[in-house]
Amino acid sequence: MSVVQPIRQHLIDPEICIRCNTCEESCPIDAVTHNDDNYVVDADKCEYCLHCIAPCPTGAIDNWRSVSQPYSLEEQMEWEELPPERQREETDAEPASEASEAEAAGILEIAHAGQGSSVVPPSSAAEPYINVYTRAQPAIARVMGNRRITEDGTESDVRHIVLDFGSTAFPFLEGQSIGIVPPGTDERGRAHAIRLYSVASPRDGERANHNNLALSVKRVVYTENGEEVRGLASNYLCDLERGAEVKVTGPFGNTFLMPNHPEANLIMICTGTGAAPFRAMTERRRRYFSNASGKLLLLFGARTPGELPYFGPLNKLPERLIDRQLVFSRLPGQDKEYVQDRMRKHADVLAEYLKDENTFVFICGLKGMEQGVDEAFAEICQNHELDWSELSTQMQAAGRYHVETY
Amino acid sequence: MNEIVEQVNYDELIPNNVELADDRRLKRALEQWQPKFKDWWLDMGPEGFQAAQVYLRTAVGVDPKGWAKFGYVKMPDYRWGILLAPKVEGREIPFGAHKGEPAWQEVPGEYRAMLRRLIVIQGDTEPASVEQQRPLGATAPSLYDLRNLFQVNVEEGRHLWAMVYLLQKYFGRDGREEAEMLLQRRSGNADKPRILGAFNEETPDWLSFFMFTFFTDRDGKMQLESLAQSGFDPLSRSCRFMLTEEAHHMFVGETGVGRTIQRTCEAMVEAGISDPHDVEAIRALGVIDLPTIQRKVNFHFSVTLDLFGAEVSTNAANAFNAGLKARYQEIKLEDDHRLLDDSYPVLHCIDGQFVEQQEPALNALNGRLCDDYIKDCQGGIKRWNKMIAKTGVDFQIALPHKAFNRKVGVFIDAHVSPEGEILSQQEWAARESSWLASTEDGEFIHSLMQPSSAVGEYASWIAPPRVGIDGKPGDFEYVQLA
Repeated sequence: MSVVQPIRQHLIDPEICIRCNTCEESCPIDAVTHNDDNYVVDADKCEYCLHCIAPCPTGAIDNWRSVSQPYSLEEQMEWEELPPERQREETDAEPASEASEAEAAGILEIAHAGQGSSVVPPSSAAEPYINVYTRAQPAIARVMGNRRITEDGTESDVRHIVLDFGSTAFPFLEGQSIGIVPPGTDERGRAHAIRLYSVASPRDGERANHNNLALSVKRVVYTENGEEVRGLASNYLCDLERGAEVKVTGPFGNTFLMPNHPEANLIMICTGTGAAPFRAMTERRRRYFSNASGKLLLLFGARTPGELPYFGPLNKLPERLIDRQLVFSRLPGQDKEYVQDRMRKHADVLAEYLKDENTFVFICGLKGMEQGVDEAFAEICQNHELDWSELSTQMQAAGRYHVETY
Repeated sequence: MNEIVEQVNYDELIPNNVELADDRRLKRALEQWQPKFKDWWLDMGPEGFQAAQVYLRTAVGVDPKGWAKFGYVKMPDYRWGILLAPKVEGREIPFGAHKGEPAWQEVPGEYRAMLRRLIVIQGDTEPASVEQQRPLGATAPSLYDLRNLFQVNVEEGRHLWAMVYLLQKYFGRDGREEAEMLLQRRSGNADKPRILGAFNEETPDWLSFFMFTFFTDRDGKMQLESLAQSGFDPLSRSCRFMLTEEAHHMFVGETGVGRTIQRTCEAMVEAGISDPHDVEAIRALGVIDLPTIQRKVNFHFSVTLDLFGAEVSTNAANAFNAGLKARYQEIKLEDDHRLLDDSYPVLHCIDGQFVEQQEPALNALNGRLCDDYIKDCQGGIKRWNKMIAKTGVDFQIALPHKAFNRKVGVFIDAHVSPEGEILSQQEWAARESSWLASTEDGEFIHSLMQPSSAVGEYASWIAPPRVGIDGKPGDFEYVQLA
């Protein structure tokens, strides 16, 4: 068995591209180039800033492939069409960007791309610390626990990993991410890229008033061209024994943050390990503001209950704290249901929330869900005499609409 | 992640990123012009769809990531605004006699008339094309295409705003008068025509519209590229932002013609017709035969070349020398950017022969821009031919010779076939109908122009798009008809 580290490569679809030069013009670091036939992205240069995505008139620019070896410029310039997407099992929902080469800021920028430019945090969010620890000077944490939180026997191996910082100060807020520095180097002797994970604990620790935090990490394993590909960082983390030391950077993120005022309604929409920040926010409310007038609504999608991280503990939360909508797409004998389907079923409730200026929407999970959720909101608005296009712009400007997708 | 983002002020009647609120004189002028623009839009904009909800893209910021926001809008409520690309501090004039001097933030007095003329000509084409395309909504081949037409129209409207801003801000009373005139001229009107000939031709059908956006809007792109380098910084910034929108128009043209070709080839294959010249049998399938498409290419290409003006021109030389209008992608070219001692080869037709003559590079700027344009067109033609080859049909679309059917410039008196054969006037006249679409071709195309307005439905003569707009599928309700 060989272990290959996949890379998320940015590509342009030559059949759809009209060579208008807009991408080359908008790339701040000249990673886009062309010959007489094709416009192409240099995998060695592209930093995933996404400046080229919105201006592209055709959508040709928005193509991504997980590859173990990036396609060279010469190869891409010869293409008449994109190479086929590698066969990836449906179960393998883990994002390829987890393995991207971009460092923290770049990763987060891709993750937040769904909410347009100039994102602001909720007005009542606490001021976050960011970039306190770096690759050059990481914090050292120790593994205090590592247990599987999806059912044994299911394909999705998600781990709840608790890291303790001992006497090292590591201030963070719900919604922030931390960076993990995988040990070792790649075959070219370069240090591995940092991977980002959302913190799953509230700001005062996984255990209240302890200097620790938890992560939800999904083990990435899939088969490509007959080879088993294992995500480098996720397997490193999932295999960690209690007591092991981990190099941590961050924290990162200054917009996807929890509003502090108790009147705030939080609509939290997620799939898979996208639940991590919402676990943190919910736990913060549970610990200190259980009588808050603001409501919590969680729309959480997974294939089956066994594959839904934290299914057991979630079910134990009192109903007056949180409206839990757990949505399953692979229940035997039942129609597939996705979070956007459940949103439509709760259209009236959601419409009421949207009318309330105290409502904050957070979306976290796979890139694919963003559009479905957006469409569901648009449809709900249309049926409730609201203008989603206007409302979403307003909400974004007020720091009330946040997207973090991978 | 913490870069400075220039936001558009949407609280104003006129959304802008030029601090309009602080310039009361300009604000008043624009606010007086705005209702007239609205009237013009309602009178001359898309006919019959002003109340429809259209899934349009609106600029909400001028940084690359923020500017495209999609949502349903009624066209009269579209937020036309004044948007300039962010200012580059310390920008220098990149070419001409003033190369290396700081870019002008105010109109240089000595070039005032020339600059105003450039802006007026550019500005006049924008409302003109909206007028030309006004009736097309009634025969749209799908809601997707209808939406694309309207997107093109509202953005042409915004480009008019961009030029009117420059006129009103920098040219005083003359500028205000010119801004009024831009709303008073009418495409095809004998008494007050639009300035450039091609913008007074009607756009009779959707194939013509696609050809127009592919060929003629591409001239617009070349002109904008040249003005985007201008030493007059506000013009440069306006044009740079307009180019991002212009790319959508190229897209509509290239994919529109491409989808027409695709459908024709598919229908031929399905019906087992292998001869692309079996016109009668192909037309019976409800698709447009490839020879007719070639004739449309010949027409639109040649009339668009005329728009570049005379290949050898002192006007172009003066504008370049003055630092107002550059060459295509000037800053990517490697020479002295002054061109005083350079030459450029220009093809002439002399005594029945093509002769390449070296002209002073400054005088040959229009000819050079034409050549750049031809190269740019070639890319699209190549894609279309790949598409045809993929279906197995034996046919190639080709650009006609640049001397074919010219009414302006060095070939004005020459009679040249699309293949580049020099002919007598009689020979040319005898064969003209095989090169340019006839009335009969036009009538056939017209007969296919039946509207398809059901969600996800496409007319017989055009294939659905490979991908929709904004990641939406082809059967998305791009226009909600009122």
